Amino acid sequence: MEANNIELRTFKAPIADIHLLEGGSGPDLLFLHGAGGLTKEDPFLAALAEKYHVYAPLLPGFGESEECGEIRNMLDFTLHTLDILMALNLDKPIVVGHSMGGMIAAEMAAIAPNDIDKLCLICPAGLWLDEHPIPDIFATMPYELPELLFHDPEAGGAMMTAGADFSDPEFLTAFLIQNARQLGMAGKILFPVPERGLSERLYRVKAKTILVWGESDKLIAMPYGEAFNKAIAGSELIRVPEAGHMIIVEQTAAVLGAIGKLS
Amino acid sequence: MKFTWFNLMPWPHLPDDFRQKNKSVWVDIDSTLYDPVKGHDVYNDYLDMLEYADNLGYDGLGINEHHQNAYGLMPSPNIMAAAISRRALNSAIVVLGNSLGLYNPPTRVAEEFAMLDVITGGRLVAGFPVGSSMDINYCYGDIPALSRERYQEAHDLIKKAWAEPKPFAWNGRYTKLRYVNTWPKPIQNPPPIHVPGGGSVETYDFCLDNTYSYSYLSFSGYIRAKLLMQGYWDRLTERNEPDESPYRAGFAQTICVAETDAEAERLYKDHVSYFFNRCLHVAPGFADAPGYRTIKTIKSGALSQFAPDLGEAAHMPWKQLVDEGYIIAGSPATVREKMEDLIKGLRVGNIFCLMHIGDMPMEKTKHSTKLFAEQVIPHLRNMWPEYEDDNRFWIEPLNKRATPGSISERKATGEA
Repeated sequence: MEANNIELRTFKAPIADIHLLEGGSGPDLLFLHGAGGLTKEDPFLAALAEKYHVYAPLLPGFGESEECGEIRNMLDFTLHTLDILMALNLDKPIVVGHSMGGMIAAEMAAIAPNDIDKLCLICPAGLWLDEHPIPDIFATMPYELPELLFHDPEAGGAMMTAGADFSDPEFLTAFLIQNARQLGMAGKILFPVPERGLSERLYRVKAKTILVWGESDKLIAMPYGEAFNKAIAGSELIRVPEAGHMIIVEQTAAVLGAIGKLS
Repeated sequence: MKFTWFNLMPWPHLPDDFRQKNKSVWVDIDSTLYDPVKGHDVYNDYLDMLEYADNLGYDGLGINEHHQNAYGLMPSPNIMAAAISRRALNSAIVVLGNSLGLYNPPTRVAEEFAMLDVITGGRLVAGFPVGSSMDINYCYGDIPALSRERYQEAHDLIKKAWAEPKPFAWNGRYTKLRYVNTWPKPIQNPPPIHVPGGGSVETYDFCLDNTYSYSYLSFSGYIRAKLLMQGYWDRLTERNEPDESPYRAGFAQTICVAETDAEAERLYKDHVSYFFNRCLHVAPGFADAPGYRTIKTIKSGALSQFAPDLGEAAHMPWKQLVDEGYIIAGSPATVREKMEDLIKGLRVGNIFCLMHIGDMPMEKTKHSTKLFAEQVIPHLRNMWPEYEDDNRFWIEPLNKRATPGSISERKATGEA
């Protein structure tokens, strides 16, 4: 494998077949993607691979992988991802999760506190504050997403729809199938309210934890960053200007800088 | 043929600019549009109409379940069924149905359906829908990708609760009960079961595996339904089922009858428009939660073929709605002819007659209901003579049934 060149490979974990995006060189880093999924061409993945040996497993149902009926609840998601760590024989990699991936990463760190000592949560899901209800992404039409996800919705929208042709019925069908499979799977932990009791377990996290948040995040707003920061002992919250929920592509350098604090 | 009089029970007081000023009739509709005092009359009118249809000899009275919407005011179908069960004394009570996954524990369905069947002397037709995505996912929070599994488990539990004579333990994934011991049990055990479906092969098979009647509750009419129903009959042939009884299937159709075709348009046009414009104004984001449909169903193309946009008919003129079969409307002769096309074309023995539509007032509803009962049904009654003995999908009531209210009457006349 060439340095920084992301490759897709598949292997068997105990519950499901895994599609893993892997590349780069440097310290081992496990990256867990958000509900929007992850592709080989993802610019954030490429940026990570310049400094780290990145392992980015796709949740079953994402990308081209098959959905997995046996993964139903939060514990299933968490153990499945810990199984991947074991299958890859990784010893205490840096664990980074974005949004839904951050929720899973935080659960892993709470369930297996002795196995995870460096944790970066990028605007993770997993908490619920009545005074700051999180918009319902499951009832949001694709064209409404850029406004929720980006500091600069126009640029973000262009990025999201690059190469997409919704007037082509074949493209549309493929899009609908992928959307149903991916968000269907994500819904198991995010629908109807993206909270599965994490707040009661965060006291168990022992990892050095960095929280990264876009100041313009309209999906999971800054008060959630503050709530995570309060709940995880010794954590640090880094607020990044001119970044929305897709901070990983809007302010990639700032996110990498934050992860760098863990090494 | 079996004809069930069916009313969705829409809220009839939505403002004229409802569609323009509101995002959705379902899920997050502005609840200040509901007025409980007006609602008192609305419910009582609708229940009166069901009883009126019973008196006219309709075979069944249809009731269904929907939540948080102005499209249908029956969040609890079993309450509505109970409300008519002691006044409508002849027809089947067709509850289409209870969304099985929403009842916790699902033995609640076994109990309430049994109660209804016992109260009515064996007149319950039990509907087992999964439920619309708006209802089960967005209103009731059921996780879309798990809805089918939860439904299947609930189904198995309910059937066993009716069948088992002794208490048993149920160690399900979604329900755990140490003592399942349903009291009372239904008279018809099990009652005839109808399952609403939307074109997935899984639901075809589920009905065929269990000898349930497959119901297609569409609003786009019998012409557009042909492909879907043909899929069902093709599946039946593929599986070499022992018979192709039309009672294995049912279809819902909006029907408006008047003295003449022109009179039908004059009388009913505005109410039909109310329905398609206001009652079906569902925000697209609520129509289909990701994970609600199986990947297999989406891949089969069933969505584009069978689930047209609910709003597609909103701006269709009357003639187009009639020509394309969204509604069957006109004189008794016109309606009869089109109903024959429907019945033969879709090969169905059960018709769910949507005789009240939108904000139709009761006098007009009675008019259409009566004309259909007296001048249309008699001509359609024996369209499937070779299957007239097929009772698998319809009620078998007790011959000798109690007379509701008899105690008060006895007291009044001084009898013991």
